[in-house]
Amino acid sequence: MSLRRNVFSYAVIIPFTIVLAFPFFWMFVTSLKSETQVFDPTKTWNFHPSLHAYGYLFHHTKYVTWIENSCFVGLLVVLITLAVALPAGYALARLSGRVGRTLGIAIFLTYLVPPTLLFLPLSRVVAQYLHLSDRLWALVVVYPSFTIPFAIWLLMGFFKTIPQELEDAALVDGCSRFGSLVRIVLPISLPGILTVVIFTFSLVLNEFVYAITFISSSANRTVAVGVYTDLIRGDLYDWPGIMAAILIPSIPLALIYNAFLNRFITGFTGGAFR
Amino acid sequence: MATAVAARGSRRHRLRYVAERRGVLATLLVSPAVIFITALVGVPLGLAVYLAFTDSQAGSLGGKWVGLGNFRRILNDSVFRGALWHTAEMTLITQAIVVVCAGLLAHALVHTFRGRWLFRFLILLPWAAPLSLTVVGFLWFFDPQASIWNWFLVKAHVVGPFNKPSWLGTPNLAMASIVTVQAWRTIPFATVIFLAGISSIPQEVDDASAIDGATGLKKFWYVSLPLQLPIALVAILFGIIFTATDMIVPYVLTQGGPFNSTQMITTWSYIQGINAGNLGEGAAIAMFLIPVLAFVSVAMLVFARRAEVT
Repeated sequence: MSLRRNVFSYAVIIPFTIVLAFPFFWMFVTSLKSETQVFDPTKTWNFHPSLHAYGYLFHHTKYVTWIENSCFVGLLVVLITLAVALPAGYALARLSGRVGRTLGIAIFLTYLVPPTLLFLPLSRVVAQYLHLSDRLWALVVVYPSFTIPFAIWLLMGFFKTIPQELEDAALVDGCSRFGSLVRIVLPISLPGILTVVIFTFSLVLNEFVYAITFISSSANRTVAVGVYTDLIRGDLYDWPGIMAAILIPSIPLALIYNAFLNRFITGFTGGAFR
Repeated sequence: MATAVAARGSRRHRLRYVAERRGVLATLLVSPAVIFITALVGVPLGLAVYLAFTDSQAGSLGGKWVGLGNFRRILNDSVFRGALWHTAEMTLITQAIVVVCAGLLAHALVHTFRGRWLFRFLILLPWAAPLSLTVVGFLWFFDPQASIWNWFLVKAHVVGPFNKPSWLGTPNLAMASIVTVQAWRTIPFATVIFLAGISSIPQEVDDASAIDGATGLKKFWYVSLPLQLPIALVAILFGIIFTATDMIVPYVLTQGGPFNSTQMITTWSYIQGINAGNLGEGAAIAMFLIPVLAFVSVAMLVFARRAEVT
């Protein structure tokens, strides 16, 4: 029985894994090739691997600037998101009844509103009212619109798992409600906060629609857009370099994602659905 | 002096007292979020609806109210009607593939076995890596000269070396390519959610159904499937939103081409609104995403209420 089960597992998992992960394998192989061998798929194993593409990427393109831009926006958005979502998530999980529940669901529904619906009006707001066209600050202002609802939703789920009794004990011991939040709840929910930091950062790294709409000069691009607009649509098609540019942010992100996967799932399915 | 100190003290005391009241503190904690979301989602959403009824151009402040003019114009445009159809086609086919594949994969992954961690990492890669970057990678896999798929197909003698398919240059193949990338991207997400659903079924249910003689497919159909359905529904609803409102895959792969055969609501709205500068018309096109949004929102609410009752 268990043998049959294992055979079934492997028979399904191995082909799927190959299909899902193959593009990354092929990107990796391509990134190590020299440009003359790129168009010859037969040279899968017998070619001279070189890190030439990586060197080119770092020294002759704006790739490092784009990574820096993404990190700059990412860090600021993480700070704004935490500052707004932590108190809200806590309040919605704890301090309110029916109103809080409705509000929680309303905030969740705003997470479903896609950038593709809002980028046109926001482009006008950014250009004409905020005067932030082609500035990274435009992204810092706009990105919390999707990171905050998501973060509140995740945090609400985490705070609900912390027993009320812990806080009551702190209150009895003479702590204020705010004090109990800072001294009791926050330290316990540190893993939850870390999850929010990681997913907020990765959402920012991923964002494409706003970044391509608001930013027009290549020095101000984020990595998600720069690789497409400058490396693909530019004159040079340096495929090994492009593959390297894709892999460098993807692999660390995937590793961290895996470590926090279980919390992420509770975020999506738990919360109010529990 | 002494009274001033006392007054300050009592004011602070009063402030603390007010802050201790549940309603007040909750309002204080929630209001920044509500203000932020209203300003960045609510107001732009309203503005989007308003723009859809004006002839606003990019770069100018004004824009006259034109009533249903934009909608009349775009509905008469065969490219837009095509975009509606393509969006529905892409979303539905992608979700069908995703449900079948993720269902299978989740059932295989639920047991513990050797190397599970590595497999999970590899399976999750397409979801964890930034989509706008990996789609650029697919541009290379679909490249007419160097496509790795073509190389496989030629090796397998499915196509001859001189009539290799041009993946992104042929209408039907371009659509198939987009659906493939969308499914590739969404399967990992659906799998982990499905997996959570399967794992949440308590062992007792398994035991009870075994005692009652339910095995194999029967058990799956009458016991496991109904119990997993709610969580699977969450994955499907999210998947519909992700796919229908996505602009990255079609925009990077084909920009709606060849001959607008893969034009989506999102790409067409971008092309009309930003590239052509017709903000009003672009906003009117994007309005057609709202029914999808409304459908998914209502479904989620109904589902949340049902989950609450049981």
